[in-house]
Amino acid sequence: MEFLGLYNYWVFAVLLMTGMYAVISRTNLIKKLIGMTIFQAAVFLLYISMDKVEGGTAPIIQADLPGQLYSNPLPQVLILTAIVVGIATLSLGLAIVVRISEAYGTIEEDEIREMDGE
Amino acid sequence: MELVLDFASWVLLLTGGAFVFIGGIGALRMPDFYTRMHAASLTDTLGTILVLLGIILQAGVSLAAVKLAAIMVFLLLTCPTAAYALANAARLARLAPERRVRDE
Amino acid sequence: MVTLFGVFLLTLLVITAIGIVRAQHLFVAVMLTGIFSLQMAAVFFILDAADVALTEAAVGAGVATVLLLGALALTEDREKPAKRRAWIPIVVVSVTTLMVIYATFDQPRLGDAEAPVHQHVAPWYLEETPRLIDIPNVVTAILASFRGYDTLGELFVIFTAGIGVLFLLANPSERGTLTLSQSAEATGLRHHLVPRVVGRLIVPFILLFGLYVQFHGDYGPGGGFQAGALISAGFILYALVEGETMALRALSFRLLGGMIAGGALLFVAVGIAGIVLGGNFLDYSVLAADPVAGQHLGIMLVEVAVGITVTGVLLTIFHSFAAREQRS
Repeated sequence: MEFLGLYNYWVFAVLLMTGMYAVISRTNLIKKLIGMTIFQAAVFLLYISMDKVEGGTAPIIQADLPGQLYSNPLPQVLILTAIVVGIATLSLGLAIVVRISEAYGTIEEDEIREMDGE
Repeated sequence: MELVLDFASWVLLLTGGAFVFIGGIGALRMPDFYTRMHAASLTDTLGTILVLLGIILQAGVSLAAVKLAAIMVFLLLTCPTAAYALANAARLARLAPERRVRDE
Repeated sequence: MVTLFGVFLLTLLVITAIGIVRAQHLFVAVMLTGIFSLQMAAVFFILDAADVALTEAAVGAGVATVLLLGALALTEDREKPAKRRAWIPIVVVSVTTLMVIYATFDQPRLGDAEAPVHQHVAPWYLEETPRLIDIPNVVTAILASFRGYDTLGELFVIFTAGIGVLFLLANPSERGTLTLSQSAEATGLRHHLVPRVVGRLIVPFILLFGLYVQFHGDYGPGGGFQAGALISAGFILYALVEGETMALRALSFRLLGGMIAGGALLFVAVGIAGIVLGGNFLDYSVLAADPVAGQHLGIMLVEVAVGITVTGVLLTIFHSFAAREQRS
């Protein structure tokens, strides 16, 4: 039973590190951006897992059911904002990758470093 | 009447699930892209429609049933179109269907 | 039964994520990311977060996939294999995973009603929303009214992202007038009859659904962000089917720029109207004679502003990627 109560958080840990692994070990810039997306999604999972209440339902108040338990609406508001901000940063990152590709001809990080003469 | 509706909806849900499962096996085991597309798209469309019909029977006469019917019409239009678009794109990219000679 | 389904979905999430990291063909990785977002939306729905599930499905599985594919079309689509085994990242990642898992043992179990996160402000919001604002969807009430200032800040973040992409990718001399090249993207799917017919058939319904989600955000899951993503998805479908030229004729860059700025201006105008009419910044209670009616009016205007700006920004970003000539 311990397992079921904590499974969400373990999946969060694994996803977080999978995304981080993609960011730090892959040299392709688009792969790094996708890894960042996975990292963000893991954080969303953590917050939304915290908002669930046993026996609750989505926080839309129905007037004809007075004794109903509702799940916590506050993390949902935070994550709604975070999802849209995540896609804004993803699109900016992709625009920068496109410009880098046009300037250097490649999107592999080590080749770009070599061309810059580091 | 309740029992008949319940039984019918269970039959529809299970059949729909079985179709999607068969489609999944087909998408893995078929030898070629076009045969895999054929397996996945036909069974998925039918399976989804059966599952939605089962849920409509469970929902009874309500606003939810109307919304589910609208989703069903939308899926009926778009699933085959998506399959066509994929197969056409593969054809335009000159992916040839695999030809096997039958040994006599 | 539902917990079993939840456990199954979470395991699928991990498998998909590992598949994404290992995929060398970037097109495969992008498609798997779309599937990952859809599974995440299903998990959110199981955890009672209906608004968030709708946003993740519309934005993550819809628009993000299109943007990634647009970027892939302008760069290469294969990743080079790693030259040497990356031992240090694997060790670092494994150690950190174990540390985070060890830390999660202190967490309250899933669904615990006595957890600290449910004690303080959340019951106040759940009790006071019917009295102060009187709309069923508590998430919209918090987003648009109680925490409206944060939403204003987020609107400006999206606005900045749109401007940033315009700076980076749009070419001023070619903006608005696309030089008709031989590429198929410029002329749309001329050879493909079935997607064109079906696409033209369902675009009005997608836009109608987007408007429904926008104005129904008070009573069910919905609101400005989801509606913006849906309406821009409808226009993106039109652009994919009919071609960039026709899509830019329908909604030109100037009109999109107007939408981006107009939405942000509307939000700030609602805030300043609150000051002018005697209350604080973004105080909706003074906008009408009755405070509750004022809250309704304020929330509706603010959600419309968010919807307009999100539509404008997502379409601007898509057109910036799509209209960029492929230089090779």
